[in-house]
Amino acid sequence: MKYMMLIAGSEDAWAGRSEEELKALYGRIGEWWDEQERAGRIVEGHELQPTATATTVRIAQDGSATVTDGPFAEGKEMVGGYGILEVADLDEALAVASTWPAPDALEIRPIVVRD
Amino acid sequence: MTDRAAVDERLSEVLREERGRLTAALVRILGDWDLAEELVQDAAVAALEHWGTDGIPRNPGAWLMTTARRKAVDRLRRQARYRERMELLTREAAQMSATTATGGPMEADDRLRLLFTCCHPALSREAQVALTLRTIGGLETPAVARAFLVPEATIAQRIVRAKRKIRDANIPYRVPDAAELPPRLGEVLTVLYLIFNEGYLASSGEASERRDLARDAEWLTSLVARLMPDEAEVLGLLALMRIHLARADARFAQDGSIVLLRDQDRARWDRDAIEAALTVLARAERMGRPGSYQLQAAILAAHAGATTWEATPWAAIVALYDALARIEPTPVVGLNRALAVAEIEGAAAGLRELEPLGERLDGYHLYHAARAELLRRDGRAEEARASDMRALALTDNPAERRLLQERLGVQPSV
Repeated sequence: MKYMMLIAGSEDAWAGRSEEELKALYGRIGEWWDEQERAGRIVEGHELQPTATATTVRIAQDGSATVTDGPFAEGKEMVGGYGILEVADLDEALAVASTWPAPDALEIRPIVVRD
Repeated sequence: MTDRAAVDERLSEVLREERGRLTAALVRILGDWDLAEELVQDAAVAALEHWGTDGIPRNPGAWLMTTARRKAVDRLRRQARYRERMELLTREAAQMSATTATGGPMEADDRLRLLFTCCHPALSREAQVALTLRTIGGLETPAVARAFLVPEATIAQRIVRAKRKIRDANIPYRVPDAAELPPRLGEVLTVLYLIFNEGYLASSGEASERRDLARDAEWLTSLVARLMPDEAEVLGLLALMRIHLARADARFAQDGSIVLLRDQDRARWDRDAIEAALTVLARAERMGRPGSYQLQAAILAAHAGATTWEATPWAAIVALYDALARIEPTPVVGLNRALAVAEIEGAAAGLRELEPLGERLDGYHLYHAARAELLRRDGRAEEARASDMRALALTDNPAERRLLQERLGVQPSV
């Protein structure tokens, strides 16, 4: 079963980390990601540029589009990346997410499959 | 012909015991929670018809299971996509008739599996409680609603949403493996204890369904204890509940007001039940894996062993609170420890222990009530009164409110 793992964290915290801290953290994340990929638990995923680069397009009822600067919602935790998990059930997805090596929050959502 | 009323009575008795077992087995086989519940309901309706004319079967649980399985096969026959599940149904039905008992180890496992699903951390606490009572405890939705003083529609919606999440997010039906088990079992015990307290803290004037929750929780915990006999904390929680229940009769006066432990008529405690609970606790302690519930039960046991309030072994109780604080360093544990210290060293010593907890417990009515009691004993009547007022403002429980109002009433006005 496929799940989307949204990885969110405090952009301020990430921006405030020293070069060495970032290097160590990215090193751990890279190892973690490779391991999950080799095990077939992650099929795809990416880190995203910070929300300062985000643009939101909103479609109104009448179909017209409005483009605004910034992400969906302003909050403390911003989505900074995602992974698509291929695992047996929610427990396995939670087990994968629980080993994520950085102080972030991870939201796990099943992916809709249409018959 | 069997008397209609006798059939009704026997059926609700059997359902109380068997509903969770039947539902759990069918959920496992069919993977469809709603269908499983419908089939159990269908089987119950069939029982009303058949037991009236043919008499009550010798093994009513097995009869219901066989009927529910047959109805499942009827329903699924038309649906090709259920073919695999149907094979499983018929294969297990064959095995069932080979063994005569209702509750083979397989079905015991089903209930346990379903309980872990009901108490999955991906579900909200409210949903965990409602699902557990509904599915494993065999309570109907209206009964759950009345017990929690929540509109029936709210409970029904919680259950529907939780089931939907279980299905759509694919929360598995299984007993967690050894690595996951401690936190997951902790989750289950938290839910059971919460249900227990909901009932136990209800005052005697409230709906009986609400008070029955304590018995329901005790029943569910004893079920878990039977299914997981080697888990010390399960036995600890069971002993804790049973000691509480053994003293339940002495907790309320005739007018429904709370009687504090100090003032309880200890002759009204059920000594045999306490002895039996102590045996359970001793079994837990012999496993050599202490835990929070075992320690709380041991504290209750120390109180239960004293024939008078004056004979309470306070030093032992303080030591048990110290052990509990090492596992669970919460301010509430500190509060109870302070009260025990006050019994040994006096009210002023107890107040000194309470002091550092004030900030974190400021919103907790029992902190203010306890502080009022110690202040009064220390001769500080005015401050005591202020603390009682603060406690009164923080609780909605009618029995507790009455107790506090009485205290305030007998105080000279400031």
